[in-house]
Amino acid sequence: MNPALVISKREIRAYFNSPVAYIVVTVFMIITGYLFFTQLFLEKQADLRPFFGVMPLLFMFLIPAITMRLLAEEKGSGTLELLITMPVRDWEVVVGKFLAALFLLCTALALTLVFAFTVKTLGPLDRGPAIGGYLGLVLMGGAYIAIGLMASSLTRNQIVAFIVAFAISFTLFLFGKLTQFVPEALQPIVSFLSIDGHFDNIGRGVVDSRDVIYYLSVIGVCLLVATTSLESRKWK
Amino acid sequence: MSDVMIQVENLTKDYGPARAVDKVTFNVRKGEVLGFLGPNGAGKSTTMKMLTCFLAPTAGTAKVAGFDVFTASLEVRRRIGYLPEDTPIYRDMTVLEYLQFAAEMRGMDPQKSPARIKEIGGRCGLAEVAGKLVGELSKGYRQRLGLAQAMLHDPDILILDEPTSGLDPNQIVEIRSLIKEIGKERTVILSTHILPEVQATCSRILIISGGKLVADGTPEALRSREKRGRYRVVLHAGGAAFRAPEAAQEAIRATLSRLGGVGACQTVTGEDGAYTFGIDAATSDDLRPLLFKAAVDNKWTLLELVRESVSLEDVFRNLTTGDDARPEARSDDKAAGADERKTAMEAQS
Repeated sequence: MNPALVISKREIRAYFNSPVAYIVVTVFMIITGYLFFTQLFLEKQADLRPFFGVMPLLFMFLIPAITMRLLAEEKGSGTLELLITMPVRDWEVVVGKFLAALFLLCTALALTLVFAFTVKTLGPLDRGPAIGGYLGLVLMGGAYIAIGLMASSLTRNQIVAFIVAFAISFTLFLFGKLTQFVPEALQPIVSFLSIDGHFDNIGRGVVDSRDVIYYLSVIGVCLLVATTSLESRKWK
Repeated sequence: MSDVMIQVENLTKDYGPARAVDKVTFNVRKGEVLGFLGPNGAGKSTTMKMLTCFLAPTAGTAKVAGFDVFTASLEVRRRIGYLPEDTPIYRDMTVLEYLQFAAEMRGMDPQKSPARIKEIGGRCGLAEVAGKLVGELSKGYRQRLGLAQAMLHDPDILILDEPTSGLDPNQIVEIRSLIKEIGKERTVILSTHILPEVQATCSRILIISGGKLVADGTPEALRSREKRGRYRVVLHAGGAAFRAPEAAQEAIRATLSRLGGVGACQTVTGEDGAYTFGIDAATSDDLRPLLFKAAVDNKWTLLELVRESVSLEDVFRNLTTGDDARPEARSDDKAAGADERKTAMEAQS
């Protein structure tokens, strides 16, 4: 087995051996469930859109909570030394941790499929937006996780990792809201950087390569920074 | 030169403006147990961190099993087992889970690893805590788990940073014999500041102080570097001493001090007219005939005349402290006795 997979296996076990996984999944389900069912009962609408709509904001709080410990805790407690002196490449450590957090996120998302089935039993489910929405959630979640992992690689303090991850995600989120306030020449750039704009596109059921590439680039860049920051112990 | 397992040349590490390791050069051959000795903060751990590829050297090179620690670090890490200081092991895993994790990380054959885990767990005395969480283990068990994970994949080279810290005396004896056994075919580097440990386990000693290598050799060779001998003399001065014991004692001390070859002479005790003196030789010559002759000439009764053997502690102190600290170190050694000092040093560490 590749060391990256061994690490992600260990991390997944660590998540589910501690309250972290259960708290995150429960909070996630309570909030999304509340939003979905109020919509269902009050507005008599069986619709997944409000559920998807709140995700960019919800991820901003929940995902840093998942990712903050990944590298900061290893640095703080010194376990990184033993891990990294095993025959493993630095990027394998980062990718392993990324996959573990992504697995936890997918577990939480899988539980929300219950909403999709509810909609389906009550009326016709618009397949395209539903599938696109879930694909978008995984991609966007991956980007948030990569940002969180990068923040976690920069510090040995988990609280700092949380706040930095939140700040970066929030900045990217704000870009989408501030488009009309920036000079016209910058508008396309700013709106391209918006983390939730691309999700909206995919959520309409239109999977455009530009949106996929945006998320994959955020993931790629952040994991690269995390790897470099892990390597930086060598030239500090 | 194929049996040289570790080759270190001018290895240097700076932390910002501070130089932690300063141009250290040494080789370690297969079948050697190398003791890495030095006061706290001398650069022992930093050197080990560079050999295990955790830190990169600022200057100089280190080759482990023929591979450079910087350019071929993966190959180096495949061939070493490492026990870092303070045994940082995931607290949320059980002992067995951690060993399985280590086996998987090392890419061990999944068919064979359970048997190997069982074997090494047994040798390190972990069988009774296999299902316990690492976070709940006592320091001694955690240390043993650290050793077990370092030896799990049967590495050619073992690098152990203070392997016996936190162990009780019985465990220390067990672990030392384990290290010695491994050291017969493999290469072991261990750091410690417990001097009897070095004498018990190591075939070679490196002493490092202030980041610099100050000594390199077998324990015997290092002891023989300390040439100037030390003597203990117990004398009975006869009738004159009963009338004025203090004066007689001082007179004898003065006479002894004037002898050729005597560097310093201190009074240790003087009871019932039997005086004990400690004498430091100024040269490497044997002073015993001279002291005997002095006793005969002065009509003292010689009760005891002993040449004390130089201990590793003296060598260590000598090399790692300034010359000014020496006389003081020696006199309290006489009061306490070498054995007590060994225990004191063990307690300290």
